[in-house]
Amino acid sequence: MPAPAPVPPRGGRRGRGRLGRLDSTVSPYLYIAPFFLLFLVTGLFPLVYTGWVALHDWDQIMGQGEFVGMANYVDVLTGRGFWRALSNTVSIFVLSSVPQILAALLIATLLDRNLRARTLWRMGVLLPYVVAPVAVALIFNNLFADRFGLINLLLETAGLEPVRWHSDRFASHVAIATMVNFRWTGYNALILLAAMQAIPRDLYEQAAIDGANAWRQFWSVTVPMLRPTLIFVIITSTIGGLQIFDEPKMYDQFGRGGADQQWQTLTIYLYELGWTRADFGMASAVAVLLFLLIVAFGVVNFLLTRRIAHDEGGRR
Amino acid sequence: MRRPGWTVYGLLAAVVLGSMFPLWWSIVVASHDSTVLARDRFPLLPGGNFFRNAATVLDTVPFWRATLNSVIVSTTVSASVVFFSTLAGYAFAKLRFRGSGPLLVFVIATMAVPTQLGVVPLYQVMARLGWTGELTAVIVPGLVTAFGVFWMAQYLAQAVPSELIEAARVDGANMFRTFWHVGLPAARPAASMLFLFTFVATWTNFFWPFIVLGPSNPTLPVALQQLQAAHFVDYSLVLAGAVLATVPLLVLFALAGRQLVSGIMQGAVKQ
Repeated sequence: MPAPAPVPPRGGRRGRGRLGRLDSTVSPYLYIAPFFLLFLVTGLFPLVYTGWVALHDWDQIMGQGEFVGMANYVDVLTGRGFWRALSNTVSIFVLSSVPQILAALLIATLLDRNLRARTLWRMGVLLPYVVAPVAVALIFNNLFADRFGLINLLLETAGLEPVRWHSDRFASHVAIATMVNFRWTGYNALILLAAMQAIPRDLYEQAAIDGANAWRQFWSVTVPMLRPTLIFVIITSTIGGLQIFDEPKMYDQFGRGGADQQWQTLTIYLYELGWTRADFGMASAVAVLLFLLIVAFGVVNFLLTRRIAHDEGGRR
Repeated sequence: MRRPGWTVYGLLAAVVLGSMFPLWWSIVVASHDSTVLARDRFPLLPGGNFFRNAATVLDTVPFWRATLNSVIVSTTVSASVVFFSTLAGYAFAKLRFRGSGPLLVFVIATMAVPTQLGVVPLYQVMARLGWTGELTAVIVPGLVTAFGVFWMAQYLAQAVPSELIEAARVDGANMFRTFWHVGLPAARPAASMLFLFTFVATWTNFFWPFIVLGPSNPTLPVALQQLQAAHFVDYSLVLAGAVLATVPLLVLFALAGRQLVSGIMQGAVKQ
């Protein structure tokens, strides 16, 4: 939180008259106005208006049609597409967030040591962050190619069966999650590293005196101290992860989430309803449902972490 | 503190190799001929075909146009985010006005709102304005971010001594002059980091530009999507495009990677 602001100069001081007083009362509002105006017009209004569009028959070209109440929601929720996209999205999200946070924790503990050339190591893990998800997807499409892909080649060399990375639903989710993990693991490791460095070192010394080995110290000192940062990382990756679009969109040349939509996510489904079928009403209904899903994940996350925090408190 | 042993360096080296290998592989594939790749399957070193593949990319999609568009969009958006965020952040951190507390809470709350889900009405607004297919449709929604305002407010609260503002005001400087000569110079370190992160995010952004821009006026990620849609099976060609589109950001990383690292670490400590 910002520090308390200074007392504004009283009007009339040093001959500054009504104009000066007007300047100091109005200026702050002028400074924050661009943000609020632009955010209201391009951020908040579209989001709220989505709820209105969802209640109408609304074609991309023809525009607003009849008020249909919940009909779009009924269509979405009784169709197969939504549930398939939902389960794909959640599956890809779990596959990308859980291993990613564990790997980021591990990398952060490695970086937290007294390394030589530590900035170079930190830059090394951050490198994938500057590669656009679209480019990452193109590269991994090649690595995960069903025929002549490097990964299948390695599997065959090791005497294993090649994996059908595109036609097999779960395998396609693994491949897409790998792209996400590639780009974000190092980034999250640096966030966790920063939080680790803020842990007072004497906590470790105390734990060592109490006979805790490195593993024990990690779980009973490092992880509890990192909780606020972990919550932050989990919440941001939830908001982003449930809206995943770029990587699955680019996983083949058709961009529809696979021949049987086996890796079609909710945002791809939204795009297809709105821009391929030109049904803005149904697309908006999907947007509202996805919004509620993100809120629900956030609330569950909050309650879970609070419960854990309380349990922890009881044990002390 | 004790220096770590070889296992730590070994594990870290494996991680860094893992994050570099896909990029290396894209260069290897992009510099060979696709038919060669299918036959001996496993070259580990670049070949001599990169420029021929790159030339085909330039013929297939409006690549230079896309590069120029990406430069225009990323620079404009980053400069605007930095300016408006500094202005608003300065007001929140250093000026007293009615409602500033609740308004700042509002800003922080909006950081978690997935505004991307408003695409349908946003598209309608752009269509109404006749901006679909135009860069303005990508630039205008990016001009401000809640994160930027929050970031600058946090930084300026501790970076600008309130006495300095007082002194400037007593000397008769008006509010904007005070901001310009006291607030803005003090904001520079945080502002340059905000610029970098906004630039990377805008350069790599795909969802909205893909929806609102046409095939004739794309940004780089949109052009890459077109390239793949046209030539999916020709990996050498597609990855030559990926390499070309990534080079500018690799240059940026070489120049400012250190700042990116410390930016991420500072943001994390403060949140």
